[in-house]
Amino acid sequence: MLSRIAESLFWIGRYVERADNTARLLDVHLNVLLEDPWVDEPSANASLLSVMSCPLDGPVSRGDVLRQLAFEEDSATSIAGTLAAARENARRAREVISTEVWESLNTTRMDLRRWSRASRPHEYFVWVRERAAVVWGLSSATTSRDDAWHFMELGRSLERADMIARLLMTRSLEGTTGPNWTTLLRTCSAHEAYLRTVRALVTEERAAEFLLIDRLFPRSIAYNLDRAESILSQIEGSESNRALAGRARLALGRARTNLEYSPVRDILDDLVTQMHEVQRACATASDMIRDRYFLPSATITWNQEAL
Amino acid sequence: MASTDDPTPWTGYTPVAAWDEAMDVEGSVRDPYARVYAEIDRMSGDDLYSRAEALANTYLAQGVTFDHAGEERPFPLDIVPRVIGSDEWDIISPGVSQRVQALEAFLADVYGSQHCVQDGVVPRRLIATSQYFYRSVAGVEPANGVRVHVSGIDLVRDQHGIWRVLEDNVRVPSGVSYVLSNRRAMSQMFPEMFGAMGIRPVLEYSRRLRASLARCAPEGVDDPTIVVLTPGVYNSAYYEHSLLARTMGVELVEGRDLETVNGRVYMRTTAGRRRVDVIYRRVDDDYLDPVVFRPDSSLGAPGLINAARLGNVTIANAVGNGVADDKLMYTYMPDLIRYYLNEEPILPNVDTWRLEEADAREEVLDRLDELVVKPVDGAGGKGVTIGPKASREELDQVKAQITSDPRGWIAQPVIQLSTVPTLTDEGLEPRHVDLRPFAINDGDDVWVLPGGLTRVALQRGQLIVNSSQGGGSKDTWVLGGVRHRASSQPPPEARVEFGGLASVPQTAHPEDYVAGQQQQQQQQQQQQQQQQDLAGEEASC
Repeated sequence: MLSRIAESLFWIGRYVERADNTARLLDVHLNVLLEDPWVDEPSANASLLSVMSCPLDGPVSRGDVLRQLAFEEDSATSIAGTLAAARENARRAREVISTEVWESLNTTRMDLRRWSRASRPHEYFVWVRERAAVVWGLSSATTSRDDAWHFMELGRSLERADMIARLLMTRSLEGTTGPNWTTLLRTCSAHEAYLRTVRALVTEERAAEFLLIDRLFPRSIAYNLDRAESILSQIEGSESNRALAGRARLALGRARTNLEYSPVRDILDDLVTQMHEVQRACATASDMIRDRYFLPSATITWNQEAL
Repeated sequence: MASTDDPTPWTGYTPVAAWDEAMDVEGSVRDPYARVYAEIDRMSGDDLYSRAEALANTYLAQGVTFDHAGEERPFPLDIVPRVIGSDEWDIISPGVSQRVQALEAFLADVYGSQHCVQDGVVPRRLIATSQYFYRSVAGVEPANGVRVHVSGIDLVRDQHGIWRVLEDNVRVPSGVSYVLSNRRAMSQMFPEMFGAMGIRPVLEYSRRLRASLARCAPEGVDDPTIVVLTPGVYNSAYYEHSLLARTMGVELVEGRDLETVNGRVYMRTTAGRRRVDVIYRRVDDDYLDPVVFRPDSSLGAPGLINAARLGNVTIANAVGNGVADDKLMYTYMPDLIRYYLNEEPILPNVDTWRLEEADAREEVLDRLDELVVKPVDGAGGKGVTIGPKASREELDQVKAQITSDPRGWIAQPVIQLSTVPTLTDEGLEPRHVDLRPFAINDGDDVWVLPGGLTRVALQRGQLIVNSSQGGGSKDTWVLGGVRHRASSQPPPEARVEFGGLASVPQTAHPEDYVAGQQQQQQQQQQQQQQQQDLAGEEASC
């Protein structure tokens, strides 16, 4: 697979997943603003934006949050921006992805215009989640499990681990008590699965465990880190030069085992730092993958004779 | 025209001065269009518009677009197909094929020993002054002798219905992707007509192209790695590049994906470097190799030309082909066909004045307001001045240009391009069209894609049909296709797939064939015998 195409696929995976999770996160945030009677809205908003790594100066209104994270087309953190970017990447990798996946991304991009700022955000978020599901469903049904699939999945699992970490950070936003654990589980579509697995009412520690380290649920952090690790080893295959990819796996594995082998109470007491660690591991892994697979191995030096 | 009082989409359709392909001057429908006419006649106007809208929507969803001034636009496809009868195609197809063979022979000659100059057919000055004649590729011998792997010969039909060649494109002709996607969209829109009319299929284009690229691989490469080289996603024909790569099942690369080491070309993959054998390039000569051509180009890869010269990679179409589709060289094409092929040209040229000749220049400058003046190296309708529609100032400007650079311009009479019914805001109206049939040369044979790209000028009276000038396209139906029954033997294209492998004939001796048949008969007899035996056993027990 061409390096350039692999990079596009990796980013399609990341962008679509980011759109999906941003929609979930905004949905729960707007809900919290409505339900929390003692909420200090501007600081809760500002805190949310800093969780999403796009802080604004001054008081932040609900409209600012929606613009930054939902509708702004030129930003890599907003839903509209990520969906457009996913489509642009798909256009560059058009000959590798299937027609169905391309058309779903292309029509999603075109339909974005219908969702103006005035429409009810909740419906927009539902639509975004649906479109992401359509893209994943089609790509899962029409892609060979070769490198094309691996790179897209790799991007997706890294992004998902990263975004769940951000979502858990909203537990400790300033100016509000934040969403309760039942809401968080619902946001991750994990409530039913949690109830079936734990067979008990939602308690903080069990819920956190479920979203952090459950080995079977596809929206737990450890599950996605583990998935990224195993995809990396599949991409590597039997290659000799494994230094950089190995380091990517190292970063992911360290983050995962830290979650798995620490007492859950310790993590909860220090949730923000711990979640930052997860994000840092994902970013490191992403950089390593870029250096190993997407960039030319060395800058080419050439002269007339060598050509 | 309408048989009842109810208006149909055809009510009010009247051909203009040009040759109308659907209807003659008395208003009766020409044969090839009979079925299309009847089908549309049964529809209401609204039905036709709603189908047209559905067509536009599928194109948007599929992303069938072209880039114009940095913006992605859907490529306008008209709902009314253009129909070409099989008798007309029997002129066009051999005519195009003959033309390509002559161009091929001419290019081999120009970059070889230049017999045509020594024999006085073409002046040496003409070749030497051509902007696209590259001495740097003289003596580069393509692997199977093919330089024009893909060509698009632009045809027009004049007032009398005669097909004429308007220009040759043997560098990087584009537009074939719209032929393929137009067909797919139209067959969904008019399934009834497709069943009944026997339209020749176009889908085998990609297979043919792949086979012909595989055959031109460097000596000794059995299973060549083919790539399509695109300038990138901002190129106006990017959709086409990706479609061709996708339907041929090959990689679509950009210049930065390629690197040249020791005269060999590689592409960068996630699993390291991989050798490239054949490059179907869609990058212009000038940008292909910064070592030889424009040093500021980042669209190509340094060292490509050297690798081609060493015979380690085949570049298709060959570099330097532009010398043959120079518009001034075009005027010599009929002579060149006679010279190289010893045949009379099947398709005539459009009359053209060579402005280097003093008499011709004088006549043209006199009659500038009734002629079309074109730059010899232009494409996309740029720089074309249509005399009758130009203002005084424009004409003066053209006059000055011609006087200062006579080699740079040609003049032609205004040709009233033929018209085909086209859906406009005012209903069906005649609009001017041209036709670009595509030909693939695999070294043994020149195959012409049945149909080709029909471009249509969407504004009334407009004679320039290029998509960059607001033109659209039509699906082009060539009649006379024979439907293959499932029981018949596989069509020849099924065997084309492995054409590049140059299979070793299994029967080298005529007697082998006879022997083989006898062996088959023997086997059949044995099988029958066995079956009879079995049946006998069953009956006996």
